[in-house]
Amino acid sequence: MTDSRFTFDDLKHILLKAAGAEEGLDLDEDILDTTFEDLGYESLALLETGGCIEREYGIALDDEALTDSLTPRELISTVNELLAAGRAA
Amino acid sequence: MTSVVVTGMGVAAPNGLGAADYWAATRGGKSGIGRITRFDPSGYPAQLAGEIPGFEAADHLPGRLLPQTDRVTRLSLAAADWALADAGVDPASFDPLDMGVVTASHAGGFEFGQGELRKLWSQGSQFVSAYQSFAWFYAVNSGQISIRNGMKGPSGVVVSDQAGGLDALAQARRLVRKGTPLVVSGAIEASLCPWGWVAQLSGGRMATDDEPARAYTPFDRDAHGYVPGEGGAILILESAAAARARGARVYGEIAGHGTTFDPPPGSGRGSTLGTAIRIALDDAGAAPSDVDVVFADGAGVPELDRVEAETISGVFGSGGVPVTVPKTMTGRLYSGAAPLDVACALLAMRAGVIPPTVHVDPCPEYDLDLVLHQPRAAVLRTALVVARGHGGFNSAMVVRAAA
Repeated sequence: MTDSRFTFDDLKHILLKAAGAEEGLDLDEDILDTTFEDLGYESLALLETGGCIEREYGIALDDEALTDSLTPRELISTVNELLAAGRAA
Repeated sequence: MTSVVVTGMGVAAPNGLGAADYWAATRGGKSGIGRITRFDPSGYPAQLAGEIPGFEAADHLPGRLLPQTDRVTRLSLAAADWALADAGVDPASFDPLDMGVVTASHAGGFEFGQGELRKLWSQGSQFVSAYQSFAWFYAVNSGQISIRNGMKGPSGVVVSDQAGGLDALAQARRLVRKGTPLVVSGAIEASLCPWGWVAQLSGGRMATDDEPARAYTPFDRDAHGYVPGEGGAILILESAAAARARGARVYGEIAGHGTTFDPPPGSGRGSTLGTAIRIALDDAGAAPSDVDVVFADGAGVPELDRVEAETISGVFGSGGVPVTVPKTMTGRLYSGAAPLDVACALLAMRAGVIPPTVHVDPCPEYDLDLVLHQPRAAVLRTALVVARGHGGFNSAMVVRAAA
């Protein structure tokens, strides 16, 4: 089942597609615990990122989940919980 | 009354990217009209346009802006950057409330909208980008310029087709007069995508030839429509006092503006274009004899050309003023056209040269002193720019050289 886990690389891929890269920001794993707001991704960019994840992985993210104070680690974890719940169902 | 001056310009035109390239091409009579390359035009009745070559958005804008912007916004943001740099303005050194943005728009972000509509139709609503909420919108260029440069003063957008380009500059002038020291203004258009193309075709006035040198020939004996293009100009407007205080170079003054709306077709009442021109002249405190050159709207449609030609000779006398239509080298840019003409007029004043109207064999019934084929040397102190929008919008602006 490991191949269907949502990884940091998957998130990075979607972030770049949905919202582009902030200048001078290196998307490496050091950013896992920085909030999206501090990374420069405003609410609409986050909404678009969430929409991309939903479409690609066939899950539905709770609107409440996508807050400015969300971190990449939390988002990855939420997506993996939903994927696991989907597999269990 | 506060004098309002132009201190910077950013140009994106089919015959030149950047003011220097545009002016060199325009003065030299180099046209940017050709067969469409952005998409395959062979299935459409019209196949010629003025496309801006060589604009790579990623070379000019941060990656964060690319997924959320249409081509028109990317061009507008780059042109605004160039205009600010040209004016020697660092927005970070201004109070955000002391800077406003007023642009005009005719189409908004059509190509972005086309992509999202395609996704909506073929994949479903959840595939439509969140950015579609604003990326197509008429006000998007004002908004993105404002956000990128931290400009929080009075701002807005004007939607009145080709006349809108002057109406936006006039609104910017009003805001400066009311106390906003700096306003970014003008317009860029870019909707050369299949959806934008059919929308433009629906107006019924586009030329359908395939010969770039004969398709758009305003005031010609064989005028038969226009070729559209993309591009325009963004200008920096400031109060003359503020510009002087910071030692800015001044291109010239936005000296007067007039606008009118035509009576409905079939009413038997004539066009009010002449009234718009007279209002603009009065506003500038200028007499017709003060005007050294007219940048005509040049619709390229016989009945519209006739009205404009008769109006110009009515105000200035038969052959009483040199008239030029540099947009014969770019195509008609909708609201982008008139700000580009204003930029062109300012560059012409500085160079002492009237750029030519190309490809036109003038209709002998029009009493116009058209500057044809070659540039004409002239001392230029005052220029009139005319813009007319579909459905009856008339706008006229008087531009005066820096003192």
